[in-house]
Amino acid sequence: MSGKDYTEMWKGLGLNLENHAGLLGVLSKTYKDIYLNQKNRPRAMDYFDFVISEVHGLRIEEILNAKKTGRKVVGAFCVYVPEEIVLAADGVCRCGCAGAEVGSDQAEKFIPRNTCALIKAFMGFKLSGLCPYVESTDLIVGETTCDGKKKAYESLNDITGKVYVMEIPHMKTAEDRKLWLSEVKRFRDRMEELSGKKITVEALKKAAGVVNAKRKALQRLSRLRAAAPAPISGLDALLVNQVSFYDDPLRFTEMTNRLCDELEERVARKNGMAEKGAPRILISGSPMAIPNWKLHAIVEGSGAVAVGEESCIGERNHRDLLDESFSSMDEAMDKLASRYLGIDCACFTPNNERFDNIKTLTKSLKADGVIHYALQFCTPYMMEAYRAEKAVAGTPFLRIETDYSMEDFGQLQTRVEAFLEQIKG
Amino acid sequence: MVVGADLGSRTIKVAAVEGGRLVDFKIAESGYDPHLQSLKMMKGYHPSRIIATGYGRHLAKRHFADDVITEIKAHALGARHFFPHCRTIVDVGGQDTKVIALDERGKVLNFQMNDKCAAGTGRFLEIMSASLGYALSEFGFEALKGKDDIRISSMCTVFAESEVISLKNHGTPKADIAKAVHISVIERMLAMLVRIGYGDAVVFTGGVAKNPAAVNLLQKRIDVEILVPEPPDIAGALGAALYGETETVKAPAGCTD
Ligand code: SF4
Ligand code: SF4
Repeated sequence: MSGKDYTEMWKGLGLNLENHAGLLGVLSKTYKDIYLNQKNRPRAMDYFDFVISEVHGLRIEEILNAKKTGRKVVGAFCVYVPEEIVLAADGVCRCGCAGAEVGSDQAEKFIPRNTCALIKAFMGFKLSGLCPYVESTDLIVGETTCDGKKKAYESLNDITGKVYVMEIPHMKTAEDRKLWLSEVKRFRDRMEELSGKKITVEALKKAAGVVNAKRKALQRLSRLRAAAPAPISGLDALLVNQVSFYDDPLRFTEMTNRLCDELEERVARKNGMAEKGAPRILISGSPMAIPNWKLHAIVEGSGAVAVGEESCIGERNHRDLLDESFSSMDEAMDKLASRYLGIDCACFTPNNERFDNIKTLTKSLKADGVIHYALQFCTPYMMEAYRAEKAVAGTPFLRIETDYSMEDFGQLQTRVEAFLEQIKG
Repeated sequence: MVVGADLGSRTIKVAAVEGGRLVDFKIAESGYDPHLQSLKMMKGYHPSRIIATGYGRHLAKRHFADDVITEIKAHALGARHFFPHCRTIVDVGGQDTKVIALDERGKVLNFQMNDKCAAGTGRFLEIMSASLGYALSEFGFEALKGKDDIRISSMCTVFAESEVISLKNHGTPKADIAKAVHISVIERMLAMLVRIGYGDAVVFTGGVAKNPAAVNLLQKRIDVEILVPEPPDIAGALGAALYGETETVKAPAGCTD
């Protein structure tokens, strides 16, 4: 996919070279078809195109170089894992991409068939030796969110021996908060042990600055998408959000802000990515890990524009900043616990904040319709879809359950197109 | 003349309209090249516009159609042509089942469509009739003769088929199994109908509406009248054609951008 030859590096990581070449081939073709064929893209998307072309190349090389200097690499699959703590221990944090149907046959030796595609994918990527990120991690941080993940981490640990699990409460009472606070501290201790470095208040402050700057850049991008006509496609904005999970945070922030500068100009000139009058769609639900672009491709291929993602690869990841005004370790831990406990994941009960957020976003993004996206077998989001529909009563709402396969592409296309016909009246 | 072409997963339907009236229609197997098949079926027509719908609509657009609409909208327009006041439509085709709710002017308010799996669709009936050794055309008639004291519990085509096989091996009369298969399809439709809500009558369209057991069993389970257009499977093609006519009329006057 890229110019440089990384074969030796991949070999060193123990990847299955043949399968890996196949994967990169498919990825680059899909990317070309879906992304590079879009018209009138912002120039600053160049950077993100480059990142994708080097997804298993340059970025891995960077990570491996960081490792050589003694930095530890931490992988996670959920936005509950506090990135600040990893950075404060001078670690490199990245989230697993589990957005493609890979190695499900292998995965099914460990987990049942009716497991959500995301879990199947992270097991599948590992088992088929395809993910250089997983191979380069020193620690994989799991969490007790949904049952599927909880149990899959047990098997993932059997296979890798690198899994550490944080206990996430499922309610938000004072007692739950106490538990969560102690979990945040326990994670801090684990990171200190792993890195052999003491986590100081100063280091946490610096990390908070870095992560908040990244969140602010993403928030800025979100706000710009509220403009009509939308200055950027949903596909591109989704990609930026996906890349935020594994790129170097400082560089990512700079590049995203550069993109936003360009989008601001576009908004001023009313230069839209979508055609005038294109229906504006808010997408809400399960996370869309890279390279899962299926629904956005269908929505935008049918003449609409996705203006927001109420999802972990989206709003749920960057909506809230960490309060940086702490001066002691206790205060820092407390603020971190609050920041992360505020996340409105469907694993919580009750989870009314999420419905309020969907309502607010529908309004602020001037969405004409909401598509609720749940991965098949993702019970928490499948269940919440019904209450989400009620929360935005009056706004056209389409509930979709799907996975990563292309089998139902035609059916989904029909449903999305009919939904757009319904919106247009 | 405006022609509507409905390129479905099993069959292609074409309907020609003039001044809001259905003047001709044809139905044929999709075959290997659906767009060539469609062109063959339209030979002799001289349409000013062709509107495509169904699974092959985008293929048709690439080859001959002027515009496309989805099956949902097409069935809504087609059903309203036969029954001008209808508000609820069930369409069961080869590949999927749809339930459509309309407002009083015929605008689509809401719709439901089955997810990935084939259970509850025409394809499901086809697989089951083959497994029982019936011709598809006699399947519904035979099912009507069955007793209705057994049930197929699985919602999944694959599992349902093994249920059918084990019933066969237990010596359950064929007609009874056939009836149970139909009941399971009707249960699915009912669940969707209840979810979306239905008014005074339900219009039943699509190939499966030709099956007497499907119509009869649905009528038994629901307290409103079931209306079946004749023929039921051209509602989509007809709707597409009607859409083409109104659009042609509207275009010169109402086109703003
Ligand atoms: S949806 Fe919930 S479990 Fe999944 S990544 Fe988001 S917060 Fe974590
Ligand atoms: S998508 Fe749903 S089922 Fe899958 S890991 Fe996330 S919360 Fe669990």
